[in-house]
Amino acid sequence: MSRNDNQERRGRPPEPVSVEVLAPGHTFATVTDKISSIVLTRRTPLYWLVGLGFALLLVMVLLTAITYLMGMGVGIYGVKIPVGWGFDIVNFVWWIGIGHAGTLISAILLLLRQQWRTSINRFAEAMTLFAVACAGMFPLLHMGRPWLFYWLLPYPNSMQVWPQFRSPLVWDVFAVSTYGTVSLIFWYVGLMPDVATLRDKAQSKTAKVIYGIMALGWRGSARHWHRYETAYLLLAGLATPLVVSVHTVVSFDFTIGLPAGWHTTIFPPYFVAGAIYSGFAMVLTLAIPIRAFYGLEDFITHKHLENSAKILLATGLIVTYGYAMEAFMAWYSGDKFEWYMTSWRATGGYRLQYWLLILCNVVSVQFLWFKRLRRNVPFLFVISFIINLGMWMERYVIVVTSLSRDFVPSAWRPYSATIWDYATLIGTIGFFFVCFFLFLRLLPMIAIFEMRELVAKAEGGKR
Amino acid sequence: MEKDPLLYGVLAEFDGEHELLEAGRRAYQHGYRHMDAYSPMPIQGMSAVIGFPKTRLPLVVLIGGLAGCFGGFLMQYWISVIDYPLNIGGRPLNSWPAFIPVTFEMTILCAALAAALGMLALNGLPRPHHPLFNAPSFAGVTRNKFFLCIEATDPKFERDQVRRFLLSLNPREVTDVEQ
Repeated sequence: MSRNDNQERRGRPPEPVSVEVLAPGHTFATVTDKISSIVLTRRTPLYWLVGLGFALLLVMVLLTAITYLMGMGVGIYGVKIPVGWGFDIVNFVWWIGIGHAGTLISAILLLLRQQWRTSINRFAEAMTLFAVACAGMFPLLHMGRPWLFYWLLPYPNSMQVWPQFRSPLVWDVFAVSTYGTVSLIFWYVGLMPDVATLRDKAQSKTAKVIYGIMALGWRGSARHWHRYETAYLLLAGLATPLVVSVHTVVSFDFTIGLPAGWHTTIFPPYFVAGAIYSGFAMVLTLAIPIRAFYGLEDFITHKHLENSAKILLATGLIVTYGYAMEAFMAWYSGDKFEWYMTSWRATGGYRLQYWLLILCNVVSVQFLWFKRLRRNVPFLFVISFIINLGMWMERYVIVVTSLSRDFVPSAWRPYSATIWDYATLIGTIGFFFVCFFLFLRLLPMIAIFEMRELVAKAEGGKR
Repeated sequence: MEKDPLLYGVLAEFDGEHELLEAGRRAYQHGYRHMDAYSPMPIQGMSAVIGFPKTRLPLVVLIGGLAGCFGGFLMQYWISVIDYPLNIGGRPLNSWPAFIPVTFEMTILCAALAAALGMLALNGLPRPHHPLFNAPSFAGVTRNKFFLCIEATDPKFERDQVRRFLLSLNPREVTDVEQ
């Protein structure tokens, strides 16, 4: 399932695996042992406990915020008329966007036969799953009566009503649930052979039983591998249009509406590019500490970080184009509401957020034109935070400014977030990291069998 | 010849994927059909060499996808046109452009479920126990070992002949696998 196999079939000798994606000297045994030993060790590393502890504190903040919300109602947030959507929707779009990079790495880079996806796709898929879980909380929490969320689903009910299928909010329900389900399926299918490795290597009886159940009896049969590879390729082919469609449907939440600054056709591609942009930034935020703390520099090499940086640069430029087109069309259309919205964003009450967003998303990414900076690991780590902050700002500016000043001046009001808005956001970040830390401890963070395929091509199959 | 009912097959361990491919090819040429190769990662061409070239899984996925597509659209049509029509400015009830996003998502969802569940079902998984796990060295198949197993259900199976044939392929080891 790579460039080499195609060439073998055409009768040319396969290209060697670039040393840049896997350090030389590895065998099937060493890659297996290195990755599985992180999970099967009986001594939990101190830095893991510290990280998990801190994340759990943030989860307690989240639980407090949610409990208070359920008791007191949505009024504890800063949302009022006219800004009926605030942090709730900003956070939802931000988290879903972050999730998109995992699917891109797993699915799209597979279809494009890129070898550098191998060591990063497993934890990137896990990142997607946990990001979608965090995102999914917000549409439920922001409802006035969250316990009635299931009314959005088409189930036969005694009130004899059905959801409104012409609404992007209902489309969102289907898109996000499909995305979560397909990501889970794709991730689990990818995990099966590696969980079988853990089953066979585990020393403790409990570990053997649990991994044995999860592995579903996988035994490496060639017939099974054949169907497995077919399923994996088909899932990748399905996940690719899915990831594009999900953020497109999320952008439809805005584009279907009429407020100035929302009703624009640039949104679907610009949102998808922005999602990949923030997602890859999060991949770097996770990959850089993981390779340092777990000693995985042989598997997650400078090449992986540099390629991620190149994707950041490319999607950052697409996002810049989106901003430029928004502004240009606002002027070119002659629509006074669009033009007012554009100029007010840059000069009005939210100008600080707007220019911060331009600084973080447009200016900072230009540094990645320079190879020395793309290869500078601390710089990449810092810039990944800056980009994630910038993308959050972008959603904030889109949601809040368009609602705060729309068509009729008598309806203009400012928006400000409350402590509960911030608490919920920070709480979901904690929830994400709790899930991620548990994943790092309990499951293989790199796809072991795919690394073996790389070893086979590199070394001619050393044991 | 008496067939031992307690024997699942004869297992041979090989050095690497090239040796396993060659062994599988020779076993197929020799006339064995009930056999399987086991490896820690997929080997290109292995399943074809032992006589299993194509899977029906793509058809299963297609059927799943079409079911999702038609099911999704018909659900929306029935709800919006027949059971709960809403007169919104006299607009057409069958607003099919608006039905496209949900139809698309349902197609992908049902196709993906068909791919995963179909793969598991066709593979006969989950199957927690299998006679091969009785062989002590087989645990290495998920780490760095490659095996070929010729099963006792094969019409040409005769334990000593199979053992001699497998030994002629230069394996690391040949063992019997109990049921």
